[in-house]
Amino acid sequence: MSDLLNVSSGPHVRSKYTTSKIMGLVLLALLPATGYGIYHFGAGAALIVVISVATCVLTELVYELIMKQKVTVKDLSAAVTGLLLALNMPPTAAWWLPVIGGIFAIIFVKMLFGGLGQNFMNPALGGRCFLVICFAARMTDFNYDGMTQATPLALLRAGEAVNLKDMVFGNIAGTIGETSVIAIVIGACILLAFGIIDLRIPASYIITLIVFMGLFSGRGFDPYYLLAQLSGGGLMLGAFFMATDYATCPITDTGKIVYGICLGIMTGIFRCFGSSAEGVSFAIIFCNLLVPLIEEYTLPKCFGKGGEA
Amino acid sequence: MGKITERLYNGVIKENPTLVLMLGMCPTLAVTTSAVNGVGMGLTTTVVLVMSNLLISMLRKVIPDSVRIPAFIVIIASFVTIVQLLLQAYIPSLYSALGIYIPLIVVNCIILGRAEAYASKNPVIPSIFDGLGMGLGFTLGLTLIGIIREVLGAGSIFGFRFLPESMDTLTIFILAPGAFFVLAILTALMNKFKMKGAAAASALTSCDSSMCSGCVNTGCAGRIKTMTEGDK
Repeated sequence: MSDLLNVSSGPHVRSKYTTSKIMGLVLLALLPATGYGIYHFGAGAALIVVISVATCVLTELVYELIMKQKVTVKDLSAAVTGLLLALNMPPTAAWWLPVIGGIFAIIFVKMLFGGLGQNFMNPALGGRCFLVICFAARMTDFNYDGMTQATPLALLRAGEAVNLKDMVFGNIAGTIGETSVIAIVIGACILLAFGIIDLRIPASYIITLIVFMGLFSGRGFDPYYLLAQLSGGGLMLGAFFMATDYATCPITDTGKIVYGICLGIMTGIFRCFGSSAEGVSFAIIFCNLLVPLIEEYTLPKCFGKGGEA
Repeated sequence: MGKITERLYNGVIKENPTLVLMLGMCPTLAVTTSAVNGVGMGLTTTVVLVMSNLLISMLRKVIPDSVRIPAFIVIIASFVTIVQLLLQAYIPSLYSALGIYIPLIVVNCIILGRAEAYASKNPVIPSIFDGLGMGLGFTLGLTLIGIIREVLGAGSIFGFRFLPESMDTLTIFILAPGAFFVLAILTALMNKFKMKGAAAASALTSCDSSMCSGCVNTGCAGRIKTMTEGDK
């Protein structure tokens, strides 16, 4: 009998993407940024990437073995978490920083809440924020070209000039994965081409941030200043790779736009009025917490229900 | 004597206010940045708890039922004020470390909870030991959380730093999030080891309705109510 006449319970339509395929594609899309980071910062960066990924995968494996749960390491989500965490670390970080961050990210942010898909917060960013709060000095020590430098955003805030071309190509100080806008956008294009991420979140995020910075930064809509704001501080990495994490972004289309706007406003507030010049990671984990609320209010009406009485 | 030891055991282990009953979470999370603060807060609360249990038990036949809550609060608030003034006079360092959380002991639900659930219905001696047991249980919980947070967050214990100054510590543990991490892990461990085998049912049977009917812990009291209603 034809499959079309087969009577069964749902789901009837299955996506050809499995979790491991999606995560594999995310890893692939992160390769340009990772590769550039390693080329730019040298072997130390490569070591951090390897340690971070290994820690996350091993932590998940050991936790699941101890708790006698199904081992889900093969779905590659722990590897993605590890890679994102590494891309958020300064290249000169001590080897134990990604170890602590990875263990925290996997156990406390992800596994204790029920594993992949149940985490309320992006694990990589949870791990990073844990490290930033614990080891503020080590996590913001950006050493580049043999000397400690301020990040472009910090320079910009102090009123100094930054080289926009260097920021776009990535020839600046910063975390391993955030420096090169071009490498990140190449990866984002891969994800968009395969339909892995939805353009709504990054687009509404970036547009809101531009408007917010234009209105409140005191520099007006100066294209040079706004472009520098967009290219710095891991905004691109955050907008395309971390804000779009499936488990921690709204599932509804309107919700995604609302979420992006919240992200833009929070990042703008942190950058304009906060004590640090950057705020992408805190903005994202803060908005992660708003996601259930956003979904509640943007739930689409069922066909045949609601509307005008 | 059996009653006394039973009350002490009940307060410290079986119904530990911090890790089992989940009462008094505000001071638990807020002041346990160091072991000394934990001990200080715990003992301060213990003193208030014992004294208020004593007085409320003595007055239990005098206080009219309809105004018992305001009466309890007046008694508790008086003792808190006394303790606060004593701390300010004799241990000013602890007084400034605990700050606003000393006057807030008045609204600590352990104290009103014990007054309402136990002291107002039982004789004086068991009430004193009920207060002492609960207070020591609270002190134990707070001290444990304080020690863990201080060791991880500041590399010291009771103010004595055992790690070299150059070593990094997990600063987050002496900040607010650390309190939640430590409390959550301790509670999980407590459930794992103490309630092994005995599921939620044993927790219910262990708190008979005479003790829990007026308990502030509405989650528990609510369940008792529905159970007795179900019986009818």
